[in-house]
Amino acid sequence: MTQPLRLAHAAGHEKNKWGDYDRMPDPSAILNAVVAGVLLGGFYAAVALGIAIAFGMLDIPNLSHPAFVVMGAFATWVLNSTFGIDPIVAGLLMTGPFFILGVLLYRLYHTCFESRGEAPLQGLAFFFGILFITEVVLVLTAGADYRSVQADYIGVSLNLGSLTLPFRMLVPFVVSIAMLFALQQFLTRSFTGRAILAVSQDKLALQLMGVSPTRIKALAFGISIATAAVAGSLLIIIQPVEPSIGRDFIGRAFAAVVLGGMGSFWGMLIASIILGITESIVSDMWNPSWAPAIAFGFLLPTLAFRSGGLLGRKL
Amino acid sequence: MTQNIARRTVFATALGGAAATMVRTPLAWGADPITIGCSIPQTGALASNGKAVLLTMQIWAEEVNAKGGILGRPVQLVYYDDQSNPANVPRIYTKLLDVDKVDLIVTNGTNLTVPAMPIAMERGKVVMCMFSLAINEKFRYDRFFQTMPYGPDGKAAISAGFFEVAMGMTPKPLTVALVGADAEFSKNAVAGAREQARKHGLRVVYDRTYPPPTVDFGPIIRGIAATNPDLVYVGSYPLDTTGLIRSARELNFRPKLFGGGMVGTQNASLKGDLGEMLNDVVSYELYCPAAANHFPRVARLLEKYQPLAASNGVDAHGYYSPPFAYCSMEVLEQAVKGVGGLDQDKLAKYIHATKFDTIVGDIKFGADGEWTEPRMLTVQFRGLKGQGMDQFKNPSAEVILHPPQYRTGTVQHPMGPAAR
Repeated sequence: MTQPLRLAHAAGHEKNKWGDYDRMPDPSAILNAVVAGVLLGGFYAAVALGIAIAFGMLDIPNLSHPAFVVMGAFATWVLNSTFGIDPIVAGLLMTGPFFILGVLLYRLYHTCFESRGEAPLQGLAFFFGILFITEVVLVLTAGADYRSVQADYIGVSLNLGSLTLPFRMLVPFVVSIAMLFALQQFLTRSFTGRAILAVSQDKLALQLMGVSPTRIKALAFGISIATAAVAGSLLIIIQPVEPSIGRDFIGRAFAAVVLGGMGSFWGMLIASIILGITESIVSDMWNPSWAPAIAFGFLLPTLAFRSGGLLGRKL
Repeated sequence: MTQNIARRTVFATALGGAAATMVRTPLAWGADPITIGCSIPQTGALASNGKAVLLTMQIWAEEVNAKGGILGRPVQLVYYDDQSNPANVPRIYTKLLDVDKVDLIVTNGTNLTVPAMPIAMERGKVVMCMFSLAINEKFRYDRFFQTMPYGPDGKAAISAGFFEVAMGMTPKPLTVALVGADAEFSKNAVAGAREQARKHGLRVVYDRTYPPPTVDFGPIIRGIAATNPDLVYVGSYPLDTTGLIRSARELNFRPKLFGGGMVGTQNASLKGDLGEMLNDVVSYELYCPAAANHFPRVARLLEKYQPLAASNGVDAHGYYSPPFAYCSMEVLEQAVKGVGGLDQDKLAKYIHATKFDTIVGDIKFGADGEWTEPRMLTVQFRGLKGQGMDQFKNPSAEVILHPPQYRTGTVQHPMGPAAR
């Protein structure tokens, strides 16, 4: 049995002249906050990965991606509560159906908007509509109650000296990094992957090579929605879900993609981890209510000095 | 162009249909129905509660109609989904009152009632409100009535029990940490707790809020633990509640008393998910199995509600919303019968003057439309093992600590480990 948490840096309890509390910086507290931020950033990266493909590579403003993440979480809940399947395995099993769903959704989007040159504005409205429709479908099929999963690693922590790592955050981080690495390998080493990278850079050149950009974009969009299945399984490991929870992640996910650089997975990962660490340190050491403002504050100077994001192409 | 318009029209219709569906319960009576209108969240963040409330209202309407209606007239519910969005509420009540011409209106929740108030006040309508906090402090509308048992000082009512219980501990606590979401209910709950801390001479060592979409609460728990508080008072919404409790357990943070105004510890699926992590956590309830002998009629409602809850995907136990949603409808029913009609002025005066016999006990409304006496239950979770919601049907799973007339045990402290 570990000792109850009493941190060594518990110091001044009196408010300072700015109305805040003085805190002695303690190395172990800072380390815990940084590591917690890294784990949180890993999860944000899993949610943002699909947007990095759709928005960063294909120029498709898929605002509904977080709704598909929630759909993935509900699918995980069904498989876990009905068949006792581990949430991560459930998420991986759902990548197939989600891939097909993504391909079909892209076909619809392409037929209705992209092929008519109406993609930018109408596309936004289209995906905004898909976001709401997905929520309503979830409410109608699964109800409005909170859903959660059971797994042996939920609720326990790994203690490494003064470092405490909840498995609830650690497992999603590991899975997220693995998914990102696998996808990066696929994009850089396979013919289809390279075609996806090509379609994001020069569609005309790809056509001249005899490859249909529409087909490649459909595949890529299918992959982006498939990542939502895994991200959903990670989400429901971290916290219970209800149908409308996806809206909470729209801002963070798009910010991670833009901050990291359009089309750069590693940039998106670094950006997600920056957001996570900033939120974590501000919440622990200062005031949690400032965490999103300060995390998003990084976006402005970064884009001012590097218009293409951290690792993206210069715009 | 035509194709574009047609496509957009189909799309917009699909969206609109999903967004605001008006539903009337079907009836086949000779007499004109008494129509009761409400805007109620069926989608969005508040849908979980909204759907449970609606289900209860439908059970009530069915029972009333089976007994011959009110004044020989059937009751009919007219409701719209506000998508948990306050911006949708004004136009819904405008339509209910001006187009649908409903006879009575019911509102639900703090954020979704405030936008309805000016419309109801303009038309002189009685507002029967459920699950809202301290709304009439601002409006001071003499036809407003609220059935949540906060009493005349709503902000204090949520935290009063927690602090009275805490100050009964030996040795007495000296310090308290206050934390809550940056949102209406939480802010009010924490404001009340701040007053209670001052009243009991406790030193506040942490007093902060967090943004509602917070995912990882570990850093917040670490920040609180760094101040070594004796008590931790939390004003939180359901997902924050689970996040804070999980993080506290994962980090083995165990103050003398942890809990307070935690929304979510009343929901069966969230309770089942947290399971033994809830051991020793103190929160509030409106009704729980430990209080069942005081309110025997609630069991009859739950017998009807629980089988329907499963198929509707709403709170499986229904201890929180359904009894009080049902009692709101009972008050309206008794008032219409007492007045012998639907005159809004007479109804308001009757409701102010009458003590109502409801399934949650006798209710008397004060001048502000709130209960004259608060009756929030402060409970502590005990003896939970693993996960699963069925264990919460056992009266010993939630021990009532406050108020004294409902007490079933004394506080257990300090907070122990989750698994025993």
